[in-house]
This record gives sequence, C-alpha cells and structure tokens, in this order.
Amino acid sequence: MTITVPDSSQKHQRREHALMLALVSPALLVILALIVLPVGWLAWQSIYHDGFTLENYRRVFTEDIYWRSFALTFEISLAVTVIALLLGYPVAYLANAVPKGWSILILSLVVLPFWTSVLVRAYAWLALLQRTGVINQFLRYLDVISEPLALVHNTFGTVVATVHILLPFMVLPLYATMQKIPGDLMQAGASLGASPSLTFFRVFLPLSLPGVLAGCTMVFVLCLGFYITPELLGGGRTVMVSMLVSRNVELYNQFGAASAVAVVLLLSVLLIFFAVSRFISLDRVLGQK
Amino acid sequence: MTRTSPARIVLYVISALVLVYLILPVLIIAPISFSSARFLTFPPPSFSLRWYQQYFANPAWMQATRVTLTVAFFTVLIATPCGVAAAYAISQSKLRIMRMFHMALLLPLVVPIIITAVGIFFVYAKVGLVATMPGLVLANVMLGLPYVVISVLAGLQSFDPAQEMVARSLGMNRLRSFFAVTLPQIKSSVVAGGIFAFISAMDETIVALFISGGQYQPLTKRMFTALRDEIDPTIAAISTLMTAASFMLVLLASTRGKRSG
Repeated sequence: MTITVPDSSQKHQRREHALMLALVSPALLVILALIVLPVGWLAWQSIYHDGFTLENYRRVFTEDIYWRSFALTFEISLAVTVIALLLGYPVAYLANAVPKGWSILILSLVVLPFWTSVLVRAYAWLALLQRTGVINQFLRYLDVISEPLALVHNTFGTVVATVHILLPFMVLPLYATMQKIPGDLMQAGASLGASPSLTFFRVFLPLSLPGVLAGCTMVFVLCLGFYITPELLGGGRTVMVSMLVSRNVELYNQFGAASAVAVVLLLSVLLIFFAVSRFISLDRVLGQK
Repeated sequence: MTRTSPARIVLYVISALVLVYLILPVLIIAPISFSSARFLTFPPPSFSLRWYQQYFANPAWMQATRVTLTVAFFTVLIATPCGVAAAYAISQSKLRIMRMFHMALLLPLVVPIIITAVGIFFVYAKVGLVATMPGLVLANVMLGLPYVVISVLAGLQSFDPAQEMVARSLGMNRLRSFFAVTLPQIKSSVVAGGIFAFISAMDETIVALFISGGQYQPLTKRMFTALRDEIDPTIAAISTLMTAASFMLVLLASTRGKRSG
C-alpha cells in the first residue's frame, strides 16, 4: 500500500472523519429514533407516572399472573431449546458427515422454511394440527384413533410450531462448529482402538460444544420474546410474556405494567447474551487448539 | 468410514424425519389453497381456484396488499442507501466509535420484536404517527437496516479500498469514484441486502399489529386478525402467493450473490 493520497494533512483527516460520520448518520438516526428512543421510553414509563414509582415492578415480581407468565415463558423456552438441540444435532451432524452435494441439499431444506413468513407457518401448523386438521384426519383415516387429538390451542401446539421456526437457528451454528472439527481427530481416535461411539462422545461431542452453546442461546433468547405462535396456537391458555405485554397495552391500557414487563424481558435477554458471550469466547479458544 | 452401522441408520432416519418436519408446513399450504373444500379433508377433494378468486375479489384484501407492497417498496428505497452508506463508513473509517455504531445498527436483531413494537407504539402515539403510512415505512426501514448493513459489509470485505484511492488520485472526486469503482463491485450484495429488506417488510407482523390501523393495514395484520377468528382458506391462497414471492426473491438474491463470486 504505497499509494499516496493527494492531501494527507490533519485537515484532510478531519474532513475524512466528518464525511464518514455523515455517511453513517442517517442509518444511525433511524436506529436512535425507532429503537433506542422507544425502548428508553418504555424504561422511563415503567418507573415514572406522576412521580417516580416502583409500583409496576412490585406488581411484576409479586402478582401471580406476571410471575406465572414469566415462569411459563422460561419453561417453554427451555423445552423448545432442548427439543431443538435434540432434533438439530443429528441433522447438523449428518450435513457435516456427508459429501458436499448432500450437505448443500440438507442445509437448503433447513433454511427453506426460514424464508417463509412466521405467520404463514403458524397458519400451516393450525391447518395441520387442529381437530379437523390434516394429522387428525390422517390418523382417523388409518383408524389409529377414534376421537380427534387435541394437538393445538394448547402448549403442545405452541411448542411444535415454535421449535419448527427456531430450528434453523440451532442447526446453522452447530454445522458451522462441526465443520471446524478436523476429521483426522476422529480417525486418530479410531486408530487407537476406540469404538465409533466412544470417539463421538470423547472427541467429537466436546469439540462441538461451542456450537451447542451458540445455538441454544439463540433459540432460547428468541423464544423468550416469541409472540405470534403462542398467540395463534396457544389457545389463550399459554400466556407467554410477550402476550402479557401486548394484552396490557391493547386490552387493559396498563402502559406502566406493560413497560415494566418489557424491561424485565429485555434485561433477561441482555443478561443471557452477556453471560454466554464470556463462555463462548472461552470455548472458542479451547476449540481452536 | 461409510460403513452402514446401526447408529448410522438411526442417524439417517432421525435426520429424515426432522427434515420432513421442517418442510411439511411449507408444502401443506399450497394444496389447501387449491382445494375446493372449506375444511380440509383427506384425501384432498377436487382442484379449485375459488380461494384465489375470493382474495382477488375482496377490496379489503386488495387494499391490504397495496399497503404491503407500498411499504416494502419505500422501505427498500430508504433502507438500501442508508444501509450502504453506513456499511461503507463502518468498513472504511478508522474512527473507533464506528464499532459501536456497527453494534447499534444490529440492535433490531437483538431486542425482542414485541418490545420494539410496544415502544414504537408509545412514541408514535405521542407524535401522531399511529395508523399512518410514513409511520409504517419508518418502522420497517429500521427493521430492514441490519440486513442491508450485514450484506453490504460482507461484500465490502472482499473489496480493496486501494482501487478507490487510485481513482481519486487520477482526479475523480470521492462520490464519482464510489459510483464508478466501488459500487459496481459490491452491486450484488447491495441488491441482496435490498431484497432481504423487502422480504422483511413484507413478512413483518408484530410491529404492524400495534402501529397500523384504518386503511393502512398491511396484509399480515389482516391475516393475523383473520387467523384469530377462524381458519379461512383464503389465507392459504395469500400464504401461497407470499411464500412463492419470498422464494423467488431469495433465489434472485442468491444467484446475484454467486455472480459476484
């Protein structure tokens, strides 16, 4: 790089900085006005209503409805994360183990639903799972069941659809991590006399843990804030935190309470990201050895 | 390595089942939309276009479609240049604060969308942007920006800024050298970013639920309301059309991306 810029004085550098700041400012302004300001507004509204008050937070932490909803949301998120891991790991493993053409096919099938609207997929699951839906009719056609099963408008339906939507967020980081695991490590294990399952559990699985952590974090955090699937497939009984926020705004006009719930949710998400970011970087260092 | 052990067979079967689970909902909508029955029956009855007719003949659905397309169009029109300018500045500037700005531009992907939606609703209520077109477009510009920034930054990574300096040392001004030298080389990632912003605006539901209303309701809001009440196969027809549009756009974006290598 020996190209000399016509004028490299301090004045030129100041102009350069000013130009760059000018270029980034429209986008930054949009972000400030439409996400930083609104979230800040929520935080303010949660503690200020004709004077400072912690009443909203007292309600969130003591009243049953709020407490139960947070507990339920964390339970569902945990269940969704575990199921997504159990379903996603074999797929990522297979995509990593097969020849390139096959792995492209597998990954395309994983990413394909990604580009369908969440709303469209919620509709599809309704069509599949409802009492007169495809699955119930198919099972009755086969005479497996006599009465339609309650597959939707409950927690089960919510979990099925949510796992479906979040699965790509599990498979992709898993696959990316597995790609970096050198194949000769497995061969080395085998040549030393270890059985395939032993090499898998002692060599491959530990090395894939950073991907597991990354995928689980993404799925868990996204699930915490999920709204469309629990609203449409939960049947009103599965009240997740996001629904609590929307109901407090739309039905009850409890803006302060809605804001406090939103702030607690956001803090949980940021806390998880912060906690995990320390571990993943640590694990990455170990993985690269 | 390729011995077919029992463990392998289990792996194949589980993976196949998971893949079916992943694509089944995407595949199930089209048959419903082309079926003549109001309720789904198995095996499927005769072929019919009545749900498509209902969609195209219904003024409310048509108005909602116009809103969605208009919002998506203006979102791309605003988010793409803003995102390209920001990505360019982030990749070229040596200012340390740019890293913070980069993080800030990715915020829409980190903050749960329901929180963003409620926050925007409160702010819009104060400034009178609820149930307006500009309000809807602005919110979608914010949500689409990260896609443009990510895509263009990836494109700029393989671009050598020295080329632009050569053009400038030969007498071009900054703006001309950007359009003559830099932009043609990152064109495909700019187009891909714009397409993703379009899809994001087309599919956006949650923010629209809170801030849209009256005659400015996008398709997704009307679909959501309709889905809460009953299962109307018209939605299957709309969903099929939306999915087809998304896939075509993604295909366009990925072929574009490949051409740049």
